[in-house]
Amino acid sequence: MFNRTYIINTIGLLFFLLLPPVTQMLGQEYLLSLFSRILIYGLAAASLDLILGYGGMVSLGHAVFMGVGGYSVGIFAFHSYESFPVFTWPFVLNGTETALLAWPFAVLVAAVFGLITGAICLRTKGMHFIMITLAFAQMAYYFFVSLSKYGGSDGLSLYNRSTVPGLDLGSDVSFYYLCLAILIIFLVVAKRLVRSHFGRVISACCENEQRVQVLGFESYRYKLACYTFSAAAAGLAGVLLVNQSEFISPGLMHWTKSGELMVMVLLGGMGTLVGPVLGAATLLLMEDILAMYTEHWMIILGPFLIIVVLFAKRGLYGLLVGTENGHE
Amino acid sequence: MLLFIEQLLNGLQLGVMLFLMSAGLTLVFGIMQVINLAHGSFYMIGAYVAATVAVRSGSFLLGVAVALPVAAAVGMIVELTILRRLYKRDHLDQVLATFGLIFFFNELTRIIWGRQPLFMDVPSWLGGAVELLPGIHYPVYRLAIILVGIAVALFLYLLFSRTRLGMQIRAGASNREMVAALGVNIRLLYTLVFGLGTMLAALAGVMAGPILAVEVGMGESILILTFVVIVIGGIGSVRGALVGAILVGMVDTLGRVYLPDVLSLLVSSATADTLGASLASMSVYILMAIVLTCKPAGLFPAQS
Repeated sequence: MFNRTYIINTIGLLFFLLLPPVTQMLGQEYLLSLFSRILIYGLAAASLDLILGYGGMVSLGHAVFMGVGGYSVGIFAFHSYESFPVFTWPFVLNGTETALLAWPFAVLVAAVFGLITGAICLRTKGMHFIMITLAFAQMAYYFFVSLSKYGGSDGLSLYNRSTVPGLDLGSDVSFYYLCLAILIIFLVVAKRLVRSHFGRVISACCENEQRVQVLGFESYRYKLACYTFSAAAAGLAGVLLVNQSEFISPGLMHWTKSGELMVMVLLGGMGTLVGPVLGAATLLLMEDILAMYTEHWMIILGPFLIIVVLFAKRGLYGLLVGTENGHE
Repeated sequence: MLLFIEQLLNGLQLGVMLFLMSAGLTLVFGIMQVINLAHGSFYMIGAYVAATVAVRSGSFLLGVAVALPVAAAVGMIVELTILRRLYKRDHLDQVLATFGLIFFFNELTRIIWGRQPLFMDVPSWLGGAVELLPGIHYPVYRLAIILVGIAVALFLYLLFSRTRLGMQIRAGASNREMVAALGVNIRLLYTLVFGLGTMLAALAGVMAGPILAVEVGMGESILILTFVVIVIGGIGSVRGALVGAILVGMVDTLGRVYLPDVLSLLVSSATADTLGASLASMSVYILMAIVLTCKPAGLFPAQS
C-alpha cells in the first residue's frame, strides 16, 4: 500500500491543500492565482492524457474544448449584463451568471462539440488524425475571431466571476479550493475509468485496434465516448480558466495552446493522469521563473523540451515513481 | 470579369508559395516518416536573412543567393543533431521536439533581429505592372513568383524521375534497408533531402518578404496552411502537394473576395460581411475536413 506512487501522490495532495494558508503567512497571495491556473491547466492536460496517453489519439486541437467551454460561460455572462437574450428562436434563452446553470451548460456544449468533431476525426488515423483535430481547432479559432459582437480577436472581459449560492468565488482562496476539488474528483473518476472494462478496451485499441475489433468490440464507439468525455473535462477547465482570469479570447484556442497542453502531458508523464498535472505545474512555473530573469525565456524552454523528448520519455512523474508504477 | 481573372492569378500566386512550402514538408514526411512542425521556421529564417542582406547590399539577388544556402545549412544541422534521432519514434515525439524547435528559432530571431518587423522592397527590375490582357494589369513581381513556382515544380519532376539521385531517394522511401544494403549512403541521402526541403521553404520565405512583413511568427501562419495542403494532396506525394496547394490558394483567395457578395444575396449585407469573412477564413479547413471525410488518405495517396 505504501509504495512510492502512494507517497508521492500524498505529498502532492498535502502541498496543494496547505498552499493557501502558507502563501497568506508569507504574504505572497499572488502565488495563489498562479497555482489556480496550474490546477486548471492540470485538469486540461489530464483530460488530454486520457485520449493521448491511454487511447493513443494524438490530438493537436485539444485547447479548442477549453475555448468552447470558456466562451459559453463568457457569452452567458455577457448577455446577463446586457439583459438581452442569447437567442430567441426556437426558444428564448436568457444570459445568466449562475454557475449552477452556466457551467453544466458550457460543459455540455464542449461535450457536444467533442462528439461531433470526434465522430469525423476518429475516422482517420496517425498523421491525419493530428491534422484534422488541428483543422477543427483552427475553424473554431477563426469562428470566434469573426464574432465581433463578443470582442472578435480582442476577446471578452467578464465583470466578475460566476455566482454560486453559499460560496464566494470572488475570493481567490475559495476559488482555488474549488479548482482543487474539481481536479481531484476528475482524477479519481478518470483513474477508475481507465481501470474499468471500458478503460481496458481503450488502452487495447491503442495497442492493436484490429484485435479489439476481432474480439467483437466496436472500437470506434469506445474511442468516441472517451474523446467526448475528455472534451467535456477540457471544457470544464475552460470554464474555470475564464472565471479565474475573468477574460476569454480566441488566443486560448490557438494551436500553440494545444501544443502546450501536449507538452504538459509529455513533460509530466504520459498515461499517468497525475503526471500531466505535474507537467502543467513545471511548465507554468518555469515560464514564471525564467521570465523573471530574461524576456527571452523561450530560448531555454525550447531546447529543454527537445531534451525531455529525446532522453526522458517517461516524464517527471515517471522518474519520481519509477517505471513499473509510472505507466499502468 | 477583370477582377475575377486578377483574383484567379492571386490565388495561383498563393498556391505557388504554398507549393514551395509543402513540397519540402511532404518529401520529408513521405521519405523519412517524420512530422516537422519547425518547417515554418526555415521559411522565417530565409526571409530574415534575405531581407538583411538585400537591405545592406542593395541587391535582391544577393539576398536570395545568401539566404538559400544559409537556410539549407541550418536545416541540415537540425537534421544531423535532432531529427535523425526521431525517425524511429512515434509521431507524438516528433511533434513535441519540433514544437520545441519553433520556440527556439522564434526566440533566437527575436534576439538577433529584435521585435520590429523588417520590410523588404520589391527589386526595381521586378517592379511595376504588366498588361496581360487588355485591361488587366498585374504586378510583375507576383508573376515572377508564379513562374519560379512552375520552374521549381518542373525541376522537382525532373530530379525525381530523370536523375540517379532522384531514383535513390524514391528507392529509399520504399525500402530503406534494401537501398542501404546496395551501398547507398542512406543517412547522407536523408540529410540532403532535408536540406532540399528547407531550401524550398526558405525560397518561399524570400519571395514572401517583399509582399508580407518579415516578422517572428510568420512561419506558423503559413505552416498550418501547408499542413492543410499536404493532407488534402495526400501525405508524401509531391504531385498531391501541387494540386492541393493550387486548390487551397484558390479557395482561400476567392473565398475572401466573393463569399461576402454571394452571402449578401441571402442575408442582409452587414451580416453577410461578418459571416462571409469568418466563412472565408474557415473555408480551407472545411475543405480539408470534407476531403478527409470522403478520402481519408488525401486526393493523391503516395504509393508506399
